Amino acid sequence: MDNIFVICEIEDGKVADVSLELLTKGRSLANQLNCKLEALALGHKLKGIEDQIYPYGADVVHVGDDKRLEPYTTLPFTSIIMELFKKEKPQIALLGATTMGRDLGPRVSSALQSGLTADCTALEIGDHEDKKAKKTYKNLLYQIRPAFGGNIVATIINPDCRPQMATVREGVMKKEVFSKTHKGTLKTIDAGAILKPEDNVVKVIERHIEKNRVNIKNSSIIISGGYGMASKENFSVLYELAEVLGGEVGASRAAVDAGFADHDRQVGQTGVTVRPKLYIACGISGQIQHTAGMEESSMVIAINNDPGAPINKIADYVITGDVMDIIPKLIKSYKKNSK
Amino acid sequence: MGLKIIVLAKQVPDTRNVGKDAMKADGTVNRAALPAIFNPEDLNALEQALRLKDKYPGTTVTLLTMGPGRAADIIREGLFRGADDGILLTDRAFAGSDTLATSYAISCAIRKIAKYDLIIAGRQAIDGDTAQVGPQVAEKIGIPQVTYGEEIYSVEKGKISMKRRLERGVETVECPVPAVVTINSSASACRPRNAKLVQKYKHAQTITERQNQAEDYIDLTNDRPYLNIPEWSVNDIESDLQMLGLSGSPTKVKQIENVVFQAKESRKIQANDQEIEELVKELIANHTIG
Repeated sequence: MDNIFVICEIEDGKVADVSLELLTKGRSLANQLNCKLEALALGHKLKGIEDQIYPYGADVVHVGDDKRLEPYTTLPFTSIIMELFKKEKPQIALLGATTMGRDLGPRVSSALQSGLTADCTALEIGDHEDKKAKKTYKNLLYQIRPAFGGNIVATIINPDCRPQMATVREGVMKKEVFSKTHKGTLKTIDAGAILKPEDNVVKVIERHIEKNRVNIKNSSIIISGGYGMASKENFSVLYELAEVLGGEVGASRAAVDAGFADHDRQVGQTGVTVRPKLYIACGISGQIQHTAGMEESSMVIAINNDPGAPINKIADYVITGDVMDIIPKLIKSYKKNSK
Repeated sequence: MGLKIIVLAKQVPDTRNVGKDAMKADGTVNRAALPAIFNPEDLNALEQALRLKDKYPGTTVTLLTMGPGRAADIIREGLFRGADDGILLTDRAFAGSDTLATSYAISCAIRKIAKYDLIIAGRQAIDGDTAQVGPQVAEKIGIPQVTYGEEIYSVEKGKISMKRRLERGVETVECPVPAVVTINSSASACRPRNAKLVQKYKHAQTITERQNQAEDYIDLTNDRPYLNIPEWSVNDIESDLQMLGLSGSPTKVKQIENVVFQAKESRKIQANDQEIEELVKELIANHTIG
């Protein structure tokens, strides 16, 4: 009762990073609320999966192992979670804001008639006073997320319904081992007793798993281009700079929408959150949608022809001028000085 | 045998271009201050429906939208592009709905429509980016869902076959119909308006719009019933009032903050060779690069 649940995502026998990040956050929330952290792992051939989860601080790991749970489809997962939540009555349930979490979360929240906040960028514990009803709520989950295209940040609460559900994108929370030797309790879910034939009406006929072509999240240097790059062709100078510096190319949502770069390079609220050592923002105005995904970079260089661009306010270095003129100068100067 | 398809669409403020005056004092969005558009991914959804209509003669496409009176604009937009008809679900009782209360209202309207083979919606709307309404509608009606769709291959023998686009690849799935399917922006773009359809439907209006219009148009719907856009209020659907609007919304907005950029002390570098070279040297010296 009243514990925090993290619904883990498992790919090829490995717990996804986003789930470990949520476990880390869940651990700290559980300490604050003085409750337990429980994890749920559903899939097939999961033997030993709990050992990947315990080090992140889970007190209990529920495992449901059944061939009907692999690959993921909505209905069998929903049935098992409904059954488990009815029994366990968690106060908080967290999921990754992945295609799985964003498919499963709303289905479960609708069935439970509880609320769900998508794509949170921060989770905190706090109180709430309902002045109209003269009622005070203690220790609610503040679900904080940008809304309205990232122009506002809203704190969403869920005063009366449980669990308070939220999804969080990969890379937003930090993943940290709680204790290498930490052990919890393993609880086995009898999936066979819960699943009904009508849960398995959706069939996955074919699946190509492709590794992400680019993984900008792990790059320590990111050169990002925005709408101000003006064309896909102009992005080539960014690739060139990225290659000499050993970095990756990122892009703003506007640049991706305009077709200058692929979506897997998108940095920001609806893309990836990055924390590189160096972030060079080229032709990016710096809407919150974008800065939400890069403001924790150790160093930011903004290159923009608009001296009043908002990105300049969070930059360590501001170069005002034409990107297509400045980047080649940077490349030339680096080649000259790095030897 | 044609299909009966419902497309869920939303009129959204164009959040890609937000001005400063777009927020009201109570923290809610002042939609009137922004251009209102057809939610982009709902257009992708409409295109998938129209392709099924091209493929299976006799198919009809009905747009269903919930919103204020002016959301009739997107129904007209859909008619111009090939939808057969549209319904505007509009009532003060829906105001303040979160995704769950919205899904409930929409599911009640779908129950009233009663006959359908497929419900198609955009993956998410650009004002909230939640991607919740599609799956929640499916749950409320009690039918399966397939999200993140990119292409519908076929709807035959009571099954839909379609492609999903996920983080690391694609999936082909089969699902019995009726089902709710949501479509990504990676799917084909919606076809443009058709000039003949624009001519046919340019005077299509809801009753509220007709009441506010010049009288000339009032008689038009007598001869041409297709120019009437049905307007459903809470009295036209069977629903539990407690589950609509604010009272039906488990999530509440506690606080809204306008985004403030924190000023850092930034150094200005002139765009000349000399200053850029000094910067590069500095970055190499402090091991940021190199």
